Amino acid sequence: MSDVFNIDGREVPFTPGQTVMQAALTAGVFIPHLCYHPEFKPHGSCKLCTVKVNGQPASSCTLPAAAGMEVESNTPEILDKRKMLLQMLLVEGNHFCPSCEKSGHCKLQALGYELEVMTPHFNQFYPNRPVDASHHDVLLDFNRCILCELCIRASAEVDKKNVFALSGRGITKHLIVNAESGRLADTDFALADKAAQVCPVGVILPKRVGFAVPIGQRRFDAAPISAHVDEFVPVAPARQGERQ
Amino acid sequence: MNAQAVKPKVRIATTSLAGCFGCHMSFLDIDERILPLLDVVEFDRSPLTDIKRCGPCDVGIVEGGVCNAENVHVLREFRNNCKILVAIGACAANGGLPAQRNHLDLRDILEEVYQTDPGVGHGGIPNDPELPLPLNQVHPIHEVVKVDYFLPGCPPPADAIWKFLTDLIAGRTPHLGHGLIHYD
Repeated sequence: MSDVFNIDGREVPFTPGQTVMQAALTAGVFIPHLCYHPEFKPHGSCKLCTVKVNGQPASSCTLPAAAGMEVESNTPEILDKRKMLLQMLLVEGNHFCPSCEKSGHCKLQALGYELEVMTPHFNQFYPNRPVDASHHDVLLDFNRCILCELCIRASAEVDKKNVFALSGRGITKHLIVNAESGRLADTDFALADKAAQVCPVGVILPKRVGFAVPIGQRRFDAAPISAHVDEFVPVAPARQGERQ
Repeated sequence: MNAQAVKPKVRIATTSLAGCFGCHMSFLDIDERILPLLDVVEFDRSPLTDIKRCGPCDVGIVEGGVCNAENVHVLREFRNNCKILVAIGACAANGGLPAQRNHLDLRDILEEVYQTDPGVGHGGIPNDPELPLPLNQVHPIHEVVKVDYFLPGCPPPADAIWKFLTDLIAGRTPHLGHGLIHYD
């Protein structure tokens, strides 16, 4: 069998066309990620899944797997870089976990625990990002946005609605709603949309839910996110065919 | 007397700056474990002792962020006197709840609370010289002094505080692991 590469000394098989991330997750090897989603085309923007391939840094979610690759993932050097990326995300927005309904279900938070981020380290930005509570069923809290574009992709590709977009450049880049008023209520966005389900953090929240799941029973309470690797496995091309 | 008996106790100071004392309450949730703890530590300045000034200490534990001038003085007193400074809780680490005012103008907040809001008295903005002046923004303590360890949580669970302290006192690098690291 030639379609095999190596992650941290462990052999990982792959099918041609799979990315390093897809092959690793399928083999049960967790690679931290935020903008990757098993149902969407890789995006490569959050850089949390950075690995070293034959000594060169690369985003594992966009890099096609190739036989014989030597991939470093859980090394002190890379873990340190991922931790720093998380810290930069944490200070750039307003991530006040105690008041967030997504707490315990949030991938950013779970990765903070996984990578043992004990402090945001950098100086806080404390940006002013008003919430949009205009929609009947959904609250938008932009304070927590990490610009992964999953809602944008879901709304455009699955819902065919194009409700979200990014605006601005560099540090002023931010999530906007495609309506003349800028308000979610003035779009055809609905709670059942795919875009309402994919936010890895607490930006897009269904209303009238609150803290429904008690502490201890939330998604990442019992086991760390790395133990949830099954949930991130892509649908294999062969199985995709079977389903159709 | 054996060598163990004369081993000096670890001297700890604690304070709550712009915090709610919730971290201190969570510390007290170690319950009866405080008795073996007191065999090896003694408390300097702390809400638990009511000592008003921090003397030379091994460990300083600071709850809350920095929201006014007095907080800055107390924090610097702790840093100057404590060999190891620990930020405990969300507020000390990232500003927490008090920092939710940071995107608002300080004067606007004070005017709304003390002058224009119908639900509160109209006595005007307090200006007694004894009141510490508020800062324009609330800051985590590591933006003001060097901090050696962070113990996140709102509050950190008692078990996390216990694990942290026992590791530190035993000379190990404190390590919490899954279940004890919390941001909420």
